[in-house]
Formats: sequence, structure tokens, C-alpha cells
Amino acid sequence: MFESVLVANRGEIASRVIHTVRAMGLKAIAVYSEADAGLPFVAEADEAILIGPPQPARSYLDADRVLEAARRTNAQAIHPGYGFLSEDAGFAERVIDRGLVWVGPPPLAIARMGDKINARNLMMEAGVPVSPGVWEPVPDAATAVAEAERIGYPVMVKAAGGGGGIGMGAARDEAELLLAYETARNRAARFFSNSDILLERYVEGARHVEVQILGLADGTVVALGERDCSVQRRHQKIVEETPSPGVSPQLRARMLDAGVRAGETVGYRGAGTVEFLVDPAAQDFVFLEMNTRLQVEHPITELVTGIDLVEQQLLIAAGEQVTFTSVEPHGHAVEFRVYAEDPVRFLPRPGDIKIWEEPVGEGIRIDAGYAEGNAVTPFYDPLLAKLCVHGADRAAALRRAEQAVGAFQIEGLQTNLPFFTELLGDPDFVAGTYDTGLVDRMRR
Amino acid sequence: MPEVRAEMVANVWKVVVGEGDQVQDGDTLVILESMKMEIPVLAEDDGVISRLKVAEGDVVQEGDLIAVIE
Repeated sequence: MFESVLVANRGEIASRVIHTVRAMGLKAIAVYSEADAGLPFVAEADEAILIGPPQPARSYLDADRVLEAARRTNAQAIHPGYGFLSEDAGFAERVIDRGLVWVGPPPLAIARMGDKINARNLMMEAGVPVSPGVWEPVPDAATAVAEAERIGYPVMVKAAGGGGGIGMGAARDEAELLLAYETARNRAARFFSNSDILLERYVEGARHVEVQILGLADGTVVALGERDCSVQRRHQKIVEETPSPGVSPQLRARMLDAGVRAGETVGYRGAGTVEFLVDPAAQDFVFLEMNTRLQVEHPITELVTGIDLVEQQLLIAAGEQVTFTSVEPHGHAVEFRVYAEDPVRFLPRPGDIKIWEEPVGEGIRIDAGYAEGNAVTPFYDPLLAKLCVHGADRAAALRRAEQAVGAFQIEGLQTNLPFFTELLGDPDFVAGTYDTGLVDRMRR
Repeated sequence: MPEVRAEMVANVWKVVVGEGDQVQDGDTLVILESMKMEIPVLAEDDGVISRLKVAEGDVVQEGDLIAVIE
């Protein structure tokens, strides 16, 4: 086993990874930007090193600076968290070339899944269902129109190298398509190195359900259950739960099997997530994309399985055996992403945290990136903390959630906590019958 | 004369209009960026941009003046 791990990330996920690294008796090294010097993760690490100014491109996204920090601190392994450099195959390659341990999948697996068009094609060949769509990038608007006619409206327009819902748009007719195509193109060019665009049939009334997989050191791929991520605003998840209330045991078995097959197809190692769209009425599903890293919402899988996913990542990266022999989920878990944003229009609200009091109690887990006195700056995404609850069943978990959401005191800036109170009173959410259109319907 | 102010701390990503431009209610004046999100700032009246107080790359604080429409 290596002895030190540099965590190339910030905020809650840096804290989360550092916690397990230290619990395993390894040395945790943090890197931070000038904007983040006062955040908890910097103090929690055994050693912390300033890597640059607040702008992500000159700090957390700057591969040279991160590698230089690893050299200066003699780090033996690099854990990328999620976002930033986590799905950059070239960065993973450079880490490995320097003789460091990359806590993630093989660079080739990242590259093959990172291009969404390539990933769709691979999955189709592997017998994993995908929705009707293109085999190649859509080079111009005229081709987009022709392809949309062939696929059939409504269609979803996406950046092939994208993520986080950025640049994604659904189109119901040609006029909407042209607009969505233009937007996706602009965003792809600005945010992602790959400006290719893809089209696929948009499944209306679908649930977004994903499968957590682990590729073990011996090459075996196992599934650790699913997560339902259908509560979304702007195509970004805000609440996740496991098990999914919209998936039957038969469908679950088929989806877990498809998740394992997806991982096997690309020779996956470590933690990954295979995302699907589920048609609840037909109890059928299609492949959406694969995230080749630790997922934001991984804690709910940890709560029901009792398995520390970061620990498994580190063990697998070291070529060692995982800590479990079978996966036996217990109860129900829900995660709420507490964002620095207004609870009505969901617009970002940076500011200073004057009061921060977390709910405590049985079945409550808070993964926080901030504490009282910290400033929340406009440079990074608005995630403040993940409030997770675990109960014997869904009803118990939701009761616990209601108490925990009410007890979480954050003052000094606006957060979306009031939205969660609203959500916990929404009949569709309470009944578990919701789909990805839920938040839009609540706000109409 | 209506003033357009920043609703939040943000970076000015794009300035779409210039001083002297004729704008209509709903036109995009500038695009701010905060927390990985683009936030268009829209005109709430018809008129002429008499003052434009921001440039691309600026940081605006909540309540800062962005433009005046006359």
C-alpha cells in the first residue's frame, strides 16, 4: 500500500476523501486555491499546499500545478475526487507516467466512456440498451435537422464531451432543435475540450437511475445497487435516493447486470457509475452515460451497504482486495444537495456564512465543505454540503429528512434548504412516483 | 430612469450591449457568471443605454450598478 495520497480537489469531496485516507493510516495532502485557504479540508489534511489563484483553470484544473504539488510533497498517489481533473484521461496518464498511483480507472476506460457518442456505440455493441440516436458527431445544424427527423422528436441535444447538464437541451420541433443545437455548440466549445454534439431520442416522463459499480483489482466488476436521481433542476441532480422507488426487483436485476457489463466492456477498475433513463410505465431502461469517477451522491450507497467506497477505491488502486465479500443493502437513504442558491429560481448566491449549525442524530450524515465564518465565493459550484439520511424504510428516511432539513441552520447567505421542505411535502415526491420533470412542475 | 443592478456576486463574462444602444424589455445586456452558471442580465424597460458600468472580466458585488437605461 502507498503511504500518502494527494487529494486534487476542494470542498466537501476533499474533506470526504481526506477522512478515509487518514482513517486508513495514510498521509493526506490537500491542494487549495487562494480562495479556499480557510475551508475545513485544508485544516483536515496532514499537509496542505497552495496551488494558485481562485480561477479553476489556474489552480484545481491546472495539471502542471497539481503534479508539481505532488512532487514537492512526495505524494505517492493522487485521488481526483469528482469534476476538475477526475475524468481527464491525459492527466491520469501523466500521473501514471510519473510513477504515481492514480486512484481511478485506467486512462483508456476514461477516454472510451468520456466521449458520449463512443460510449453509446460501445454499449450498443455490448448489448446494453441505448435510445435511438446518432453514431457520429453532428457537424452542423442541417445534419441535426435531418438526424432529428430520422430519430423522431422529442430529441435531446448534448455535448459529447460534456457533463453536469451543461449545454444540454431538449427539442420538440425543428425551431427548438436549432436553438438547442446552437446553445450546445457554444457551451461545448467554451466548457469542454471536445466540441462534438450528439442527438438522441428524449425519453419524457423518465426517471434517472444509475448503478454504482466497482471494478476490482482482479478484473471482476461488481454492482453495489442503484440510486434514483430524478429530482433535478437544469438537468442537474439535487436529491438522490436509494433504492429507487420506481424500479421493480426484476428491473433492478437487469440494470445491475447492464452496469456490470458496461464496466467489463471497458476493463473498468475502481468506482464508477453507469447512468440510465428508466421508463417507469414500461419498466424498461436505456444507457445514458458513464461517470468514470467517484459520484457526488455516493454516500447514500455507503449508508445502505455499509461499504466505504473511498476505502475500496484506495485498496483497488493499490492492487489489494476490497473489504467486503457480498453486498447486502439495508434500509433507505436520501441525499439532499445543500446549495448556495435561492430556493425559488435556483440562482447562485455566494456570500459569507455567519451561522452554520448541522443537524445531528441517528441516521444523519453531513458531508460539508464549509463551516461558520467561511466565505462562499463565485468561483466554484454552489454545493455547500450534502445532507444524507438513512432509515429502516423510505417513510422512516423521509421523516428523518424532514427533521434534519428543519434543523440545519445556515445564515448569512441564501440556501435551497426551504426548497427541500417544500419537496418533502410534495405528493409526487412523497408517493415516490415522480420523474425528472418534478422540479419544473413544482415551479410552474 | 431605470437602473440595472447585479443580483449577486459574479464575474462579468460577456458584455452584449454598448452605451448608446437601443434596447427593448427582455434584451440581454450582459452575461454574468457565478458558481459555474451563466446568468443573463436583462433589460426591464425599452430605452437607450445611457451608462454601462461594467467590462468583461470585472467582478460585481450584489447591488452594483451594471447599466442605466433612459
